Amino acid sequence: MSRPVLTILQERFRGAIIETHAFRGDETVVVRKEQVHAVLQFLRDDPRLRFNFLMDLTAVDWPERQPRFDVVYHLYSLPYNRRLRVKTQVDDGEAVDSVTDLWKVANWLEREVFDMFGIRFRNHPDLRRILMYDEFQGHPLRKDYPLRGEQPRVPYRIQPRDPWRDPDRWKPSSESDPETT
Amino acid sequence: MERPGSVETVERVGSRDDVIVWEEDGRTHLLLNMGPSHPAMHGIIRIILRLDGEQVVDADVEIGYLHRAFEKTCEFKTWNQVIPYTDRLNYVSPLINNVAYVMTVEKLLGITVPRRAQYIRVLVSEISRITDHLTCIGASAMELGAMTAFLYMMKAREWLWELVEMICGARLTTSYTRVGGLKADLPEGFHEACRERCRGVRQVLKEVHGLLTNNRIFIDRMKDVGVIDAETAISYGFTGPCLRACGVPFDLRKAQPYLVYDELDFDVPLGEHGDNLDRYLVRMEEMEQSIRIIEQCLQQIPKEAPEVMAPEMEAWALDDLGRLGQATIPPDRIRVRLANTLEGSEVFHWDHVNAPNRAVVLPPKEEVYTTIEALMDHFKLIMTGHGIMTPVGEVYFAVEGANGELGFYIVSTGQDRPYRIRVRGPCFALMSGLVEMIRGYTVADVIPIFGSINMIGGELDR
Repeated sequence: MSRPVLTILQERFRGAIIETHAFRGDETVVVRKEQVHAVLQFLRDDPRLRFNFLMDLTAVDWPERQPRFDVVYHLYSLPYNRRLRVKTQVDDGEAVDSVTDLWKVANWLEREVFDMFGIRFRNHPDLRRILMYDEFQGHPLRKDYPLRGEQPRVPYRIQPRDPWRDPDRWKPSSESDPETT
Repeated sequence: MERPGSVETVERVGSRDDVIVWEEDGRTHLLLNMGPSHPAMHGIIRIILRLDGEQVVDADVEIGYLHRAFEKTCEFKTWNQVIPYTDRLNYVSPLINNVAYVMTVEKLLGITVPRRAQYIRVLVSEISRITDHLTCIGASAMELGAMTAFLYMMKAREWLWELVEMICGARLTTSYTRVGGLKADLPEGFHEACRERCRGVRQVLKEVHGLLTNNRIFIDRMKDVGVIDAETAISYGFTGPCLRACGVPFDLRKAQPYLVYDELDFDVPLGEHGDNLDRYLVRMEEMEQSIRIIEQCLQQIPKEAPEVMAPEMEAWALDDLGRLGQATIPPDRIRVRLANTLEGSEVFHWDHVNAPNRAVVLPPKEEVYTTIEALMDHFKLIMTGHGIMTPVGEVYFAVEGANGELGFYIVSTGQDRPYRIRVRGPCFALMSGLVEMIRGYTVADVIPIFGSINMIGGELDR
C-alpha cells in the first residue's frame, strides 16, 4: 500500500529525488528544488496518487548546512487516505517555485515561510509579510535570530500599507517579481 | 492623497485615513477597514474590504495581531515545558491541543499510553470539541442578534468548563496531558457529574435548535451565504466542519483513527451546500455525536485497580520517614494525602494513566520521597540538558481538532528539546479562504461568514 508512492515517484523523477526515508511511518521524499513544482504537480494530478490536500508548508533552518533551509510540504490524499512529506533544500537567497497555482492555501503558507525564514517563492502573486509587520527587520524563525530580539521603533501612525496606497494591489492579475520585492 | 493610474481619490470621508472612496471603471468604490478593533472581528484581525455599494468586490485579510512566537519559544523549551504553550493555541478547546502535541512527541518516541489514559484523552477531546462548537455557534448567533441562544450556549459551555476544572484544576490553561500520559487520573465523582452535564448540554442543544434552526430570520441570514464548493475548499486546505459542510467526508477520527476512536460508535455529519447554514447544522450534529462518544467512553473506560486501603498518611510524615530511611512500606501500598493540586496523581492512579517508561514519565511522588531510584529518575527528567531524550528524526501527527486537522510537525536532533515545532492549525487554512467566501456578498454577510469559520486568534497567529 505504502511502497508504491515512492516507487512511482522514483520511476517518474529518477534524477530529481535526492533521498527517501520513512521514520515512524512518515514517508518522506527529498527533491531537488528545481523539480519540486513538477513533482508536486505530479503528486496532485496522477490518478494513482491524487494528493489533493496541501496540509502544511513550512521550513526548517539548518544554519551549519549547505544549502541552509529545508522547505517541507505535507500532503494528504483524500481518495487514498495517505500522507506524504516532500522536502526540498534551498540556500539563503535562493528562491523556490511557488505552488500557489496548485493549491490556493499555498498563498498564505508561502507568505508565512517568507516572513519567518526569508525564503522567496518564484511566481508568488503577493509575497509580503503575513504575521509580522512590514517594518520588522530580519526573519524570526531563523536560528540566528535571537529569542528576544530588539527591533527598532516604528512610528505609531505608520503609513498605510500596500493595499491602501498601492492600487496595483487590487488589480486582479498583479504579478510581483520576487527578485525585486 | 495621490493615486496613480486609473484609481483616483474622489472624496475623503472626514479626517480618517482608513475610509477611501474612488472611482474606477465608472463605479464608485469604497475601501472600508473592518477591524482589528471591531466587535465582530473577535478582537484581532483586520479585513480590508473593497466595496461597490454594499457589495464586497474584493478583500484583504491582515492577520498577525496575536502573534506570540509560539514556534520560536518552543525551540527553547523542553518537551514537557511546551505543553502550557499549547493551551494558548486554540483557547476554546485547549485540551485537544494538549493531546495533539503530546501524541506527536509520543510518536517520535515510539511509546503508547495505557488504555485508560487513551479513553480519558478521547473524553477530554470530545468535551473540548463541544465547548468549541458551543462558542462558535453561540458567538455567531449573538452577532446576528440572537442573544438568547448565545446565553444558553454559554451556560452549557460553563457546565463543561466546570468538568474540565474538575479534571485539571483550570478552565482554560489546562496543561492536562504529559508526554507518556496524563497529569492525573479522573477525579472522584467525575462520571456522575459528566453524565449529568451531558444531559444538560443535550437539553440546551434542543432548545437552541428550537430557537435557531427553524428561525426565519436566522435562516435568511445563513442560507446560501458564504457558499464554497468542495473543490475550492480542498484547494484552500479546509478541514473539519467547514469541509464537511461542503459534503466531503473527511474526519481524521474515522480516516486515520487514533487513540480508541475506532472502538467507538459515532457518525460524521455531512453538509451539502457549503454555506453558513450547513456549517451551523454540521456543528450542531457534531456536538450530539460528541456527547455519544463521551457516554460510550464513560461506559467502556477500563476501571482502575481497586484502591489499596492502607491507612492514610500525611505527606510530611512520609517525607520524614523517607529521610530517615524508614519508609518500609512498598510505595504502591502507601496512601498519602497529597496536596490538592496533585489530586488524581497518587501512586495507585499513576500507572493507569501513564506509560511504564521511566525514561519519559516522572515517577509518582510517593516513590520520589521514599526511594533513591525514583529520586534519581525525577532529577534526571527535570534537570536541564537531561530530560526526555528523543531520537533524531521528524514526525508529523494530526488529530481532528474542533475546527479541523490540528497537526504538529516536530523535528528533533536528539536533544531534550525540539529543534523545530510547527503547528498546522486549521484556522490558518480556513482564514486564507475567507476572501473567496465573502466575495460577492454584502458587508452584513461578512459577519456570519466570518463567524461560521470560527477563527481562533491564538491558533491562527501562534
